Amino acid sequence: MSYNIQPQHPDITEAMWIRINEIITTNRMKPGSVITVLRECQDIVGYLPVELIDHISRGLNLSPSDVFGVVSFYSLFSLEPKGRHTVKVCMGTACYVKGIKEVIERICNEYQMEEGGTSEDRRFSLDPVRCLGACGLAPVAVVDQDIYGDASSNSIIDILEKYE
Amino acid sequence: MSKIRTQLMLCGGTACHSRGTSAVRETLEKELDRRGLAEEIQLIETGCNGFCAVGPVMLVQPDEIFYQKLKPKHIPHLVEEHFLKGRPVEKLFYAESASKETIPNMENIPFFAHQMLWAMRNKGLIDPEVIDDYIARDGYFAAAKALQEMTPEQIIREMRISQIRGRGGAGFPTGLKWDFARRSPGDVKYVLCNADEGDPGAFMDRSILEADPHAVLEGMIIAARAISAHQGYIYCRTEYPLAIRRLNIAITQAKEYGLLGKDILGTGFDFDIEIYEGAGAFVCGEETALMRSIEGKRGMPRPRPPFPALRGLWEKPTILNNVETLANVPQIMLNGGDWYASVGTETSKGTKVFALSGDVRNIGLVEVPMGISLRTIIFDIGGGIPKKKKFKAVQLGGPSGGCIPEQHLDIPVDYEAIAKVGAIMGSGGMIVMDETTCMVDMARFFMDFVQDESCGKCTPCREGTRRLLDILKRICDGKGRPEDIEDMKELSHVIKESALCGLGQTGPNPVLSTLRYFEDEYEAHIYEKRCPAKRCVALLKFEIDPDICTKCGLCSKVCPTEAVTWKKKTVARIDKEKCIKCLSCFGKCKFGAIF
Repeated sequence: MSYNIQPQHPDITEAMWIRINEIITTNRMKPGSVITVLRECQDIVGYLPVELIDHISRGLNLSPSDVFGVVSFYSLFSLEPKGRHTVKVCMGTACYVKGIKEVIERICNEYQMEEGGTSEDRRFSLDPVRCLGACGLAPVAVVDQDIYGDASSNSIIDILEKYE
Repeated sequence: MSKIRTQLMLCGGTACHSRGTSAVRETLEKELDRRGLAEEIQLIETGCNGFCAVGPVMLVQPDEIFYQKLKPKHIPHLVEEHFLKGRPVEKLFYAESASKETIPNMENIPFFAHQMLWAMRNKGLIDPEVIDDYIARDGYFAAAKALQEMTPEQIIREMRISQIRGRGGAGFPTGLKWDFARRSPGDVKYVLCNADEGDPGAFMDRSILEADPHAVLEGMIIAARAISAHQGYIYCRTEYPLAIRRLNIAITQAKEYGLLGKDILGTGFDFDIEIYEGAGAFVCGEETALMRSIEGKRGMPRPRPPFPALRGLWEKPTILNNVETLANVPQIMLNGGDWYASVGTETSKGTKVFALSGDVRNIGLVEVPMGISLRTIIFDIGGGIPKKKKFKAVQLGGPSGGCIPEQHLDIPVDYEAIAKVGAIMGSGGMIVMDETTCMVDMARFFMDFVQDESCGKCTPCREGTRRLLDILKRICDGKGRPEDIEDMKELSHVIKESALCGLGQTGPNPVLSTLRYFEDEYEAHIYEKRCPAKRCVALLKFEIDPDICTKCGLCSKVCPTEAVTWKKKTVARIDKEKCIKCLSCFGKCKFGAIF
């Protein structure tokens, strides 16, 4: 089986490849499983390098362009490596009305990064995301798994400084 | 026999959680244990209660005492006073912001008093992870009735009598949709639940799934019976991990009880439900795009007809219903279509859940009867605008909707009435904006959203929204041209007429509705290079108005680059050389002296 031969990639360890192949094997007979496979593989590696996309397309017997098309379509998938901490800032209307824009500008200024980008030292990735549905807390920022409500351009820096 | 005399319904919704439900719960458990009350008093973590603004909240049953803004430090006192000595603690009651009068009972709090809970009837009253709690509230009685006593035709007849319309936004009559799918030829049919709640500012579907997942499953079982489907999918956003977890628990429990799977309740009817996680694409809320996505493809819409009721998922007859619609179905089966249709206006029946947020005092979820006025929702239930600011507009319907200004606040909640003033009912996001919101910036925000989420398949949406966004950005940057307003109107018209799917056809709505009511703001931006709400950074001068400045000096303290200089009893001054336009001072100034 061709997908058992895996390419080399600096960000993917041997143990990761084993888990990736397990995911492919479980899903290869299920029609429409490609999004699930991609999500689970991204959870393991952190992002989707091109070599991995190739590998998945061989495993699921799909053309690489189809799989790449899916990856590029959905905002959940990333082709670039991420920082150690992901800062998600909610771009929902409530957060916008309550000033998430100021919060984002402050983060970008402080850590010299862009929206959707990663800081040079790979400490933070800044992801503007769609409404998190926590409008009662607006403006909302999520650092890794921790939700912070009522964020302001000043409080956000104090929060982020806690993450090394 | 159980000795439980009191139940504590502690809210475990997302908002309350991030304000410390876990810590409150731990302290409560410890304290109840220490006082020897753990046997008599049961602590239950419920789904979202709805009153997010004052979280974490807890309802004490059967006394109906409502506690708000709980902190661990309040707990020892609370347990001793209320649960040991029987004296409710007044300082933790809800207090009216104007009169400071405290209200102990939940039903008397204005936020709850005007509501009518049908779709959310179990919110905050059951443990969403325990199926028995749901069954104790007449859960699955409707499914049993539909499967054992009713024919598919009778189910659909009740749905049509109820006149319920799709709660996802478009408002298509649900009974009619089911009837089409039932009549479509084919052995394999599908029932889908749309839980891809993408509209910014809408969180009612998430709350229903988190607070009462079984109601949605039951609605799907009834729908499946009506069209003779044996497989269902719930397409849920990956951004809602708690909802997905609770749905999984609910499905497992329903299978254990024989309410899902083979031969449901001994009727010989088979039906199974799977959860499908979305991957972050707004357009997947559109029905044909959602089906493409479940098939594992790029989620792009296709032209209709053929409608999904004829050819949907895997080209088979399919019905797709929104979470809130499905949550209403069991009640319609139990109480009859006539009961449901007894509430509402001529064309809009039943209740609607709104997610009230933005610049309003009581942020949270509200379920109101159709026909109630927007003013009642915002000012009576919502408690009006905080910080003594003035109401400016309310945004309904997400990116496909529009802004409704003060003069139309007395219109009733009704699909047609809302459309007439230039917005749509939508899925129920209701964002209140005060006078500090710039409407041009708001239009830019929504256009940015639509542009980013445009799937790229049809030209009017892909290119047209891009051009609209370019123009709006230019106006916000102070480079607006006199012809911009006319150009936008014409372009919007073309997009509306020619785009392929609902997202594209309604995409220009934010521009059209702000132009309709707030053209003067566009003119101020274009001709005077001035942002009346002082929100567009490029149009800010970063100067201080000496007439408004109170000389408090707060602005100089927060400046990260020491660009703001201030001495006691003098007006502060901003050095433009050093200023990095970070807006720290701007946010700190309570008086709006910086312009």
